[in-house]
Amino acid sequence: MSFLPFAIAAWLFVFGLYGVVSSNNLVRTIISLTVVQSSTYLVLLGVGYVHGGAGAIFADIPATAKTVDPVVQVLVLTDIVIEATVTGLLLAMAVQAHKRFGSLDPHDMRALQD
Amino acid sequence: MNRRGRLGLFALAGAGLAAVLVIGFTGLPDFGSYHGVYGRVITGVAVTLRHGTDTITALNFDIRGFDTLGEEFILFASVLGIVLILRQLRGEQEEPHQEESEEHHFAGASAALRALGLTLIPTILAIGVYIVVHGQITPGGGFQGGVILAAAPLGAFIAGRYLGMKTIAPHVVIELGDALGAAGYALIGLSGLVFVGIFFKNTIPLGIPGHLLSGGQLDVASVFVGLEVSGAFLVAWTEFFDQALIVKRGSQ
Amino acid sequence: MTVLQIAALAAVALGGAAVVLAPDPLRQVLVLGIYGMSLTVLFFVFQDPDVALSEIVVSTVGLPVMVLLALRKVSEHQKERERQQQGEET
Repeated sequence: MSFLPFAIAAWLFVFGLYGVVSSNNLVRTIISLTVVQSSTYLVLLGVGYVHGGAGAIFADIPATAKTVDPVVQVLVLTDIVIEATVTGLLLAMAVQAHKRFGSLDPHDMRALQD
Repeated sequence: MNRRGRLGLFALAGAGLAAVLVIGFTGLPDFGSYHGVYGRVITGVAVTLRHGTDTITALNFDIRGFDTLGEEFILFASVLGIVLILRQLRGEQEEPHQEESEEHHFAGASAALRALGLTLIPTILAIGVYIVVHGQITPGGGFQGGVILAAAPLGAFIAGRYLGMKTIAPHVVIELGDALGAAGYALIGLSGLVFVGIFFKNTIPLGIPGHLLSGGQLDVASVFVGLEVSGAFLVAWTEFFDQALIVKRGSQ
Repeated sequence: MTVLQIAALAAVALGGAAVVLAPDPLRQVLVLGIYGMSLTVLFFVFQDPDVALSEIVVSTVGLPVMVLLALRKVSEHQKERERQQQGEET
């Protein structure tokens, strides 16, 4: 049972990849990428967890209390905000691709031909 | 190759990938038995060293402030990319920021929706400012409060008028906020270099842990990063909104 | 592992599968919003309040707004293209 978070992270990763591979629409691919990203958050936070640990805020607990690891939380929280903007960039490119090729299907898009 | 061939190949590759991932993850320490040394050291000394009770904000903006500089500029650069692509797309049809352009007509928002949307704006703004400013004491900080602040002008959009949202958060203000936030954070790091000789070393006097102005560099960095994140998100949303909703007068 | 953590993990696993299996992008966006909420609960139950705070707004408002606007722009392009093609035929 203690392997469950990592098992679910592997499940999300492979399922998200399945979404990317089987999609016929660029926006679908981009949203499935979000699922793949969230599996990495799960792995990082799973590594940092401590049984019976409190949150890493020492405002009301003594400084020697057992807490979860704060370093992985820093990585994950900046990552969440940044991946949202990068996904926005991908969406802007998808809109541009639609204007150029007339469809959002990746198979209708050929190399630049003038 | 056609779709079935692709899915068949993925079934093989996916199974292999899943097996490798599971075998790899079994090599990690058990969930809950954390073996790292760095985290324990930080939680032991963060409050006494940096006078901030929220260890995560202390790590984000002071102990590992250099990483945050890089991440913040990734944010800045990707929003720059969004603006470049979408404005070039729009520039082929019309000029940007045309004052006479009007928006698509919404089916009239009911009075209740309008009232709710307008009450949401100051509420979300207040919550966002609270979370940014209290980053060093309670859970919060620049990134979290910044996204909450960015969501505030959307209340005007919910109330039915996109141009109302542009009055609350005009182009110049949000772009200025974004740029100021990014530049301010880099200047904090430079001030460490200039005054003490170490990039990102704290030069602002520390206070009593648990009080509002206790973190020194943490408070100032939280405000700058909050400004930058909210500006960045608002710029990105405004570009998408302008794409989808603004119609050049006379073309339809 | 507490019962709450197991329940949150199960919700995340189901939500992730639902996002990928949703039929069209519009529905995927709505399921994505709910998936984001389940991730927030998971982060909260893992004792990470800061991460939960940043995930909650990004995933329920930040990302769906951009996807919905992109989808709208694409459908507008589509209609304009069809109108142009009809104009050429007649």
